[in-house]
Parts: sequence; C-alpha cells; structure tokens
Amino acid sequence: MSMDWLVPALLTIITAATPLVFAAVGETVVEKAGVLNLGVEGMMIIGAIAAFATAVSTGSGLLAVVTGAAAGLALAFIFGVLTVYLQSNQVATGLALTIFGLGLSALIGHGYVGKTFPGLPKLDIPGLTTIPIVGPILFGQDGLVYLSVASVALVAWFLSRTRGGLLVRAVGENHDAAHSIGYSVTLIRMAAILFGGAMAGIGGAYLSLAYTPLWVENMTAGRGWIALALVVFASWKPWRGFFGAYLFGGITIIQLYAQGMGVEVSAQFLSMLPYLATVIVLVIISRDEAKARLNAPACLGKNFHASG
Amino acid sequence: MLIRMEQRPEPSKSMVYVSPLIAVVLTILTAMVMFEIMGVDPVRAIVTFFIEPISSLNGFAELCVKATPLVLIGVGLSFGFQANVWNIGAEGQLTIGALAGGGLALAFYNDEFALLLPLMLIAGVAGGMAWAAIPALLKTRFNTNEILTSLMLTYVALLVLSYLVHGPWKDPDGQNFPESRLFNAAAMLPVLIEETRLNVGWLLALLVVAAGWVLMARHIIGFQIKVIGMAPMAASFAGYKEKRLVWLTLLISGGCAGLAGTIELSGAIGQIVPVISPGYGFTAIIVVFLGRLHPLGVLLAGLLMALTYLGGDSAQITMNLPNAVTGVFQGMLLFFLLASDVLIKYRFRLGAPSVAKEAGE
Amino acid sequence: MSDTPRLELVGITKTYPGVVANNDVSLKIMPGEIHALLGENGAGKSTLVKFIYGVQKADSGTMSWEGNEITVANPNAARRLGIGMVFQHFSLFDAMTVEENIALGISPELAKGDLAGRIREVSAQYGLPLDPGRYVHTLSVGERQRIEVVRCLLQDPQLLIMDEPTSVLTPQEVDELFKTLRRLSEEDVSILYISHKLEEIKALCHAATIMRMGEVVAHCTPANETARSMAEMMMGDSLVSPERGDRTVGGAVKLELRNLSTASTHQHGTDLDGINLQVRAGEIVGIAGIAGNGQRELMEVLSGEVLVSDADAIRIDDKPVGRLGPIDRRVIGTGLVPEERLGHGAVPDMSLWENGLLSAATRMHMVRNGFIQVGVATKYAEDVVERFRVKTPGVTHTASSLSGGNLQKFIIGREIMQDPGVIVALQPTWGVDAGSAASIRQELIDLAAGGAAVLVVSQDLEELFEISDRIAVICEGRLSTAKPSETMTVEQIGLLMAGVSEEEAAHAH
Repeated sequence: MSMDWLVPALLTIITAATPLVFAAVGETVVEKAGVLNLGVEGMMIIGAIAAFATAVSTGSGLLAVVTGAAAGLALAFIFGVLTVYLQSNQVATGLALTIFGLGLSALIGHGYVGKTFPGLPKLDIPGLTTIPIVGPILFGQDGLVYLSVASVALVAWFLSRTRGGLLVRAVGENHDAAHSIGYSVTLIRMAAILFGGAMAGIGGAYLSLAYTPLWVENMTAGRGWIALALVVFASWKPWRGFFGAYLFGGITIIQLYAQGMGVEVSAQFLSMLPYLATVIVLVIISRDEAKARLNAPACLGKNFHASG
Repeated sequence: MLIRMEQRPEPSKSMVYVSPLIAVVLTILTAMVMFEIMGVDPVRAIVTFFIEPISSLNGFAELCVKATPLVLIGVGLSFGFQANVWNIGAEGQLTIGALAGGGLALAFYNDEFALLLPLMLIAGVAGGMAWAAIPALLKTRFNTNEILTSLMLTYVALLVLSYLVHGPWKDPDGQNFPESRLFNAAAMLPVLIEETRLNVGWLLALLVVAAGWVLMARHIIGFQIKVIGMAPMAASFAGYKEKRLVWLTLLISGGCAGLAGTIELSGAIGQIVPVISPGYGFTAIIVVFLGRLHPLGVLLAGLLMALTYLGGDSAQITMNLPNAVTGVFQGMLLFFLLASDVLIKYRFRLGAPSVAKEAGE
Repeated sequence: MSDTPRLELVGITKTYPGVVANNDVSLKIMPGEIHALLGENGAGKSTLVKFIYGVQKADSGTMSWEGNEITVANPNAARRLGIGMVFQHFSLFDAMTVEENIALGISPELAKGDLAGRIREVSAQYGLPLDPGRYVHTLSVGERQRIEVVRCLLQDPQLLIMDEPTSVLTPQEVDELFKTLRRLSEEDVSILYISHKLEEIKALCHAATIMRMGEVVAHCTPANETARSMAEMMMGDSLVSPERGDRTVGGAVKLELRNLSTASTHQHGTDLDGINLQVRAGEIVGIAGIAGNGQRELMEVLSGEVLVSDADAIRIDDKPVGRLGPIDRRVIGTGLVPEERLGHGAVPDMSLWENGLLSAATRMHMVRNGFIQVGVATKYAEDVVERFRVKTPGVTHTASSLSGGNLQKFIIGREIMQDPGVIVALQPTWGVDAGSAASIRQELIDLAAGGAAVLVVSQDLEELFEISDRIAVICEGRLSTAKPSETMTVEQIGLLMAGVSEEEAAHAH
C-alpha cells in the first residue's frame, strides 16, 4: 500500500498549525498576566499584510517576518495603552482591535491583491532532508516552523522556571498583591501584551508568506479566534496549546483530503469543521466550572488601577 | 509625573455624552491626516465621505436603509452588553434569520398572500433566536464562553448560506449564478417614499428603539439586566436569576439580528444572495458602544455608522478610494471612544493635588 | 539601646481627592520598640504605613532612618533598608506555592539558592510551622499570615510593620503571634503594630501613637492607660454603649435551622454541617467565628441565594423556606445584610433609590405590572436616608459616593424599614466608624425590642457580647450550641473558634 499521502498530509498539518501556535503561545503569556486581548485576529491580519507588503517590495523573508511582528506589536501597543493605562474595557477594546485591523489591512492590501511571493526558503540538509518520511518533516521546514516550536519551549520555560515568569503569573493571579509587594503591574502587563502582539503578527506573517504566499482580504478567516479558544483549551499551558494547534491543523486539512478522496460532502460542510470543533472543545473544557476556574488566571480580564 | 489620572468621586454624567463627540472629532481629524498621507485632499475626502451621501432625498433614504439593520442589531446587543453577555455573533444570527425568513419566501414563491410578509418577519426573528440559543444553552448549561461560541457559529452560518445559494436554493431558472429566485411582491416590505428604497423596515427599527428604551429605562427586566452587569453578586443578593437573564439577552439580541436579516432581504435585496450583510453584525458592536448602550443613542450612532458605509461607497466611486476606509474609520472611532471614556470615571490633573486642605479642616 | 530612633517621621501630609488622609503626622520608633499605631478605621493609619513602605508618596514631610533623612521610592527600597510588612489583606497568590509566594516578596538575590531550606529554618526557629511546597489556597488564614511573617523574617528586618494582624486569628493564635513578636523585639527588631484592639495593645506594646481623622492626637504608654482612656483618645468623645432596654425574650420561634447541611458553592469554601439553631422573637443571637469557617455559606442559604435541598432545614415562622429564593424570602419578611457592602449589598455605580429598589421592590410595592414606580422607590430611599441619618446630598447619588459607615446605615435602614420579622446581618459594623457602628447596633437592638428575631454573624467578640442575648460559635461549618452571653467567656469562645469540642471548651476556666 502506498504511503504517498502521508508526508504531504503531515506537511500540510504543520503549515496549518504553525500560525495558530504563534498566536496561541503569545496570547497565553498575555492571559497569564491577567489581560484578555480579543484582538488576536486583528493583530494577525495586520501582521499578514505588513509582512506580505515587505516581502513583495524587498524580497527579504526575514525582513518581512520582522515587519509582521512589528505591525502586530504596534496594534498591541494601542490595546495596551487603552486597557492598561486608560482602563478601557478589555473585551470592547479587543473587538475594536479586530475591526480596526481587518479594515486597515484591507486598505493597505488594496494594492497587493494579485501580487505573489515565492514563499519562505525551506531548510535543506543534504542527506537528512531526503530521509523518507522523517526527513522532509523534521529537516525540510522553513525557519518559522522551527521558531514556533522554539517559542513554545521558551515560553514554557520562562513561565515556569524564571523569576520573570513568576512575575507575569503574579500580576495575573492577584494584581493588588503584586502591586503592594512593589511590582509594576502596568509595566509587566504592557510587556506581556506587546509580546503577544508580536507573536500574533508573526503568526499572521506565516499565513501570507508560507501558508498561502499571497494576499487575500480577510485571509485569517477566524484563526485569531481559534487561537483564543486554544488558550482556554490548553488551560494556559504552552505545550498543551502547541498540541491543540496541531490537532486543529489536522482538522483543517481533513477537508482538503476528503475532497481529494472524493467524499460526497459539500465543501461548505467540511469547511465548518474547525469552527464546530472549536465549539465542541470549548464545551468539553469549560463543562467543569470549578476546574476551569482553577486553571484560569484569577485576574483575567480585570483592569488594575492603583488606588491613590 | 506632571499629569495625573485621578478617580472621580462619582462617574461623570456629562462625560457619558461628551465622550462620543470627542471620539467623532478625533476620528475625523485623524482621518484627515490619514488622507493627507495617502495623497488625497483631506477636506474633499471628508466632504465626499460625510456630506455628499446625504445631500439628496435618495441619499437620506439610503442612510435610513443602511441604518435599519445597525439600529435593530444594536438595540438587541445593548441588552446583552449591559448584562456582560458578549454576543459578538450577531452577523451569524442575522444570516440564519435571513435564511429562515427568505426560505419562507422561496417556499411560497408562487403564492402571493397577505400573511406571507408577517410570517417571514416572525420566521426571521425565530431563526435569529434559534442561532443565539446555541451559545445561550452552552453558556448556561456548560459554562462555555459565549464570545467564542457565538463567533464560531457566525462562520458556520455564513457557510450554511454559501451552501444553500450554491446548492439547493439556487435559482433553477437562473444562469447558474449563486443566487435564489426573486421573491414575489407579497414577500417585499412596502416602500415608504416613492423612487427610493426606504421601506417599512425603518419604521420597525424605530419601534424596536422605542420598545427597547421603555424596557431598559422603566421595566424591572431592564433594571435586572443593569444590576447583573454592574454587580453580579448584588443581582444574586436581590434574587435575580442569572441564567434566565443570559437566555433573555441572547434571545433578544438574536431575534433583533434575525429580524434585521429578513428586513435586508425583503426590503432591499429581494432574493437570497451569497453576501447578505457587509458586516452589519460586527459594526453594530461599535454602534452599541458609541450609543452608550442606550436605545436612543444606538439610533443616532446607527445613523452615523450607516453614513460611513455610504461614505465609503461614494469615496470609492468619486475618488477611487478603497472601500476598506470604512472599516478603518469604524475601528478608529471605537478606539477613540474607548479612550475618551476614561474621562467618565477619571479626571486628569496637572501637578500636585489641588483639593488640598479644605476637606480635612 | 541607642538614642537614635530607628524610624522618625516628621510632618507627613497626604491628601486624596476630597480627603486629607494624613495631616502633619509625626512618629518616632526606637530600636527594639513595639510601637502601636492606634486609630479607628479611616483615621489614616493605612495611608501612613503605605508611605513608610514606599507604596505611596506623601505630599510633604520627611522620613529619617537611623538618623539619616531618606526617601523610600518603592517597596523594594523599603525592603533593602530592612523594613518588612505584613498586610492586613494578605498580599498572597492563591494559585502559587508558599515558596513562590515568598520568592516574590523578597529581593531576587535572596530568592536564589535553597530558598525552601531557609524557609524551613526560619519557620522552625520562630515557631511558625510552614511547608514551602504547599499551595496557598489549601492553607488556613493563620497559616497564610505565617507566610507573610516568614517572608519578612527572611530579610532580617530592622522594622516590622504589622497591619491589624490579629483580626483573623483565634485568641490562642494571637498569644502565639505575640510570643514571636516579643522575641523579635528582644533581638532589637522594632515593630510598628497597627490595631484598634485596645487590650492587645496594652498587653504587647511599649509605646503608642494615636490617630484620629488623619492627625496624631496623642502619644502614650499603653501600660499606664486603661482601655477606656485610650478609646476616648481614639474616638474624641466618651463612649456611648448601646442601651439594651427592656426586651421580652422568649416569644415564638421566628427562625429555625434544623440539621442544616449544604455543600459550599465556592472554590475552597466551607461546607455547612448539621447546623441547629432557633432564634425567637425579640432575641438577638450572635454567631462568632474566624472568617472562612462557613459564615459566607450560612448567609447564602439564609438569604436564599443558595437553595438547600431539604426545604425543612430552614424554617421561618414555622414554615419551611429552604427552597425559596431571595425574593420570596423577602416577601415573607426576611431582612438581609451581607458582609460586603459595595458589590453585594449595593450596586456601587447605581443611585441610592435604585439600591433601595434592589431589595425592597416587592415588599414595598415599587413595581407594578413589571414597570418600576420611580416615585415610590425615590420616596422610600429618601425615608431611609432621613430616618437613619445617612449623610448624602440626595438619593440620586451613587452608593459608591457614600462613606463606608453611611452606606452601611443606608443598607441596614433599607432592610429595617421593610419591617422584617427576621433579620440576618453579617459583619454589620465591619470597617464602619465608631459613631455609625454604635447607631447600627442600637437599631438592631431596637428592632429586636419591636419583636423581630435578629441573627448577627461577626468576628468582633466585643460587639457580640455587647448586643447578643445568646452566642454560638461557627467552626469548619459546624455551629456550637447557642448559650446565654453572660455564661460565656472569651476563652471559651476562643477555644470553640479553634475547633475544640464544646465539652472541653466548657471546662476551660
């Protein structure tokens, strides 16, 4: 029996999962610091267009990724100033970020519809990359895929093993206590928000540079929201978020292969799968209220204002 | 620090109304800078955007046509937002409501009877409610976050619409376009002003505004909704049932969105098409905040937002500006509004506190 | 002892919008001295302490440390100087371990290496048993306080600030804490001890500074004063004890709890376990206990916010009410005063008349066909404000604009004016100024005199002895038998609070 389909399938899962990994791991840090940024979709799409525009004009993939990160970070900065310093409602501000990001990306992207970019270069180690199955998967990816795995490992280590991670968790757990001990809740939160923005931006950049190397309006198609759901699904644990993203990557590609194998289901119903899966996963994870609350950062979504 | 942010003893009532005005002014100023950067004459752009579209009777009628869904959805959402129930899937509820109402019109495409239109409107409300009932059920039964579920269901609803217009509901006599049959005359909302598209849907929206206002300001249900949003523990102390209010607010907002969807079809479009709404369900979120979660405010904000849609169209036609400017406008407006809202609870002061001794002596 | 004060404050002034929290406050603490900072709630103690610890800046005034004038930029700087602080509302992180909590509160250098080992060492040395690996949410209140104390001790403090440390402890735990503090004092550590409990200060402190309304009104040596004389300095006028008047206790049973058991709906809450109690018309029953022993859960089932499975477990006027929600309970005449005023008993950003509507809607006929009778609700709120002397410019002002004492008077008034047959009040005078507290107690007594059954749950033993006819103690969700107040002693109650059985506690004296 031929295993020809296996490698392409696994490769597609990786490409589908990678943008989710970036966005989810970034949002994990943000939420661990007690901030709920619902603007992931907006930061991703702005990262996507910024990166694509840079790639088309300069031809440099690296510069494109950096610009994508910077664009996500810039949007996150607006969110941070509004919620952390001006005490605006986090839910409303996150929604505004998404609406704004979608509009602005469409405006910037107006001139880039139909342009192409060859895609990010893939690693190619003679001898290793040609090993059957394992070779192309482990040694034949572009740099961002490796970066996504590294960032999960780094964030997991940072949150559980470093003092900086302890501080992030502390302001998310009890911002009043963190403040009275003498930590700057605003600075720590701002840093976490900016990190989350940059990661979402890179996730978006991956979409327009590697996943489908072209610009389509609204091309994130709800991935930012799925990333938010992944954070809940993963109980705010980076590695669980990573596996969750790959699970979703798997669901996303089922539709491609089902159609390829001639399954008699309308394309629309297959396209619903990731969204329905998200709903189902959320139901399963939040069913046990007490347990769901135990894992969530206690100050999630609450604004902090030092009284006096 | 030279400028200090200081909590007001009580939230400022006047700032509640001043802050949207500040936001509008800041948005227009920023937009002018943006146009300047884009190499467009800012003054001409603003005129094209905000004045030209409503300088004729037809333009004014179009404004109301566009505002109808925004106001309807906005009033519905304002109940939920007051209660901290964040239904952001109104776009999906609008779609399913439109499919329910429009489906009825297709089922009776050969029969013109007077009851068809009222039945369609009822079906639209029911469809929107049914779609909103899913996040309500999941939230009350499984404690699932309604923000994410209602949004995911929006994508599902849009795919359902896509499936229907590409498949079973496609016009058998059409030229294979993904569109349904045209509705018959009995399925269309009566037009209010000849030669325009302004229809009875606008009056329904005004009716919903009035009903929403009475419910919110004078009815105990409105009071319960406000209490649960401001202080959930106090609501429980008073004996208000949280789950009931979650259901109620989601059903109200879903019903309003569904009604808006049916009105779009039977008022303006006349058949089921792949894109029923240019994002009214999302823009309505901005409308709610700009309108201060108050039905009358929602009415005004809905008109303003409708203007940004018309302005986007007119800027595209006369100045060749991309339509996406509308989205940027809307997002910016919400940012500035949220930023200005800081003035409701806080005030800014220069230098050292000025209240000084008087109070202590 | 040297003559140089460890800490000296001169002329500290701090204003908030509309309030002068500290006005020209001066204070001197010598090495090894246990110095009391005494004052009512709102006297300005917390503001002063926040300044010393670097959490807040003062508008004017100077601070000297070991004779040198300094400014403390933030708590880290305070800790580097050798100032440690134990907060009244603990600055702890529930979802983290003891070790992580301590690491957060000390300097990064100190947190390195075998922190767990040093925690065990210090806790053994000072008799403060603590397991570094435990999660905070699994610990009792007393154990949580130990974390804060150990956290300070790890940094070799020269000055330890304790903010109301005993309000959460049993009398026996207080004795243990005092031993530790005296020992630290012998090791030349200065202690700033903030409290409004006079007997404690007499027993522990070498010197006292008394504050009232943001100003220092007296310095004294507690040993040379009586509790009453210090109280008068603290409050500015002589104490008024409530008049208990002539009440006929022994009417019909109004409120009865029969083997009431229920699982807590809260994370880390306390389940109620077989509670029996009768409160008769004209009677005030007090329930003592340390916070977190089921008081909140008891209030929730009594208010109907949480329903019990057995309707008969709660009876009012001899009818089972365990399955009735809050609205129905109020209809049959239950008045309820929750512990937390802002957010539970009242909606902070709503006006007073709306907050009246919150609990009085049905009984005072403020709603007709679902529509709010604004006139009726406004009139009711105005009546409450007038009769209970609530200081406010008008009933359209928000609950959050009122001071703690005034809001509590409004909330209690709102319940009392509904003429309840049964009233349940949790911590009715918590955080309330002495004048308001006295008038609130008087109102409760008057209500009982009028034939109502009154149940007061409080951590303040003095308050319970002052107003209660009978006292019971709640511990880990179980309630001791309610006994006449005059037959009970503080020691007995303390043992019951600590979970000692009733027979053993009865032999305690």
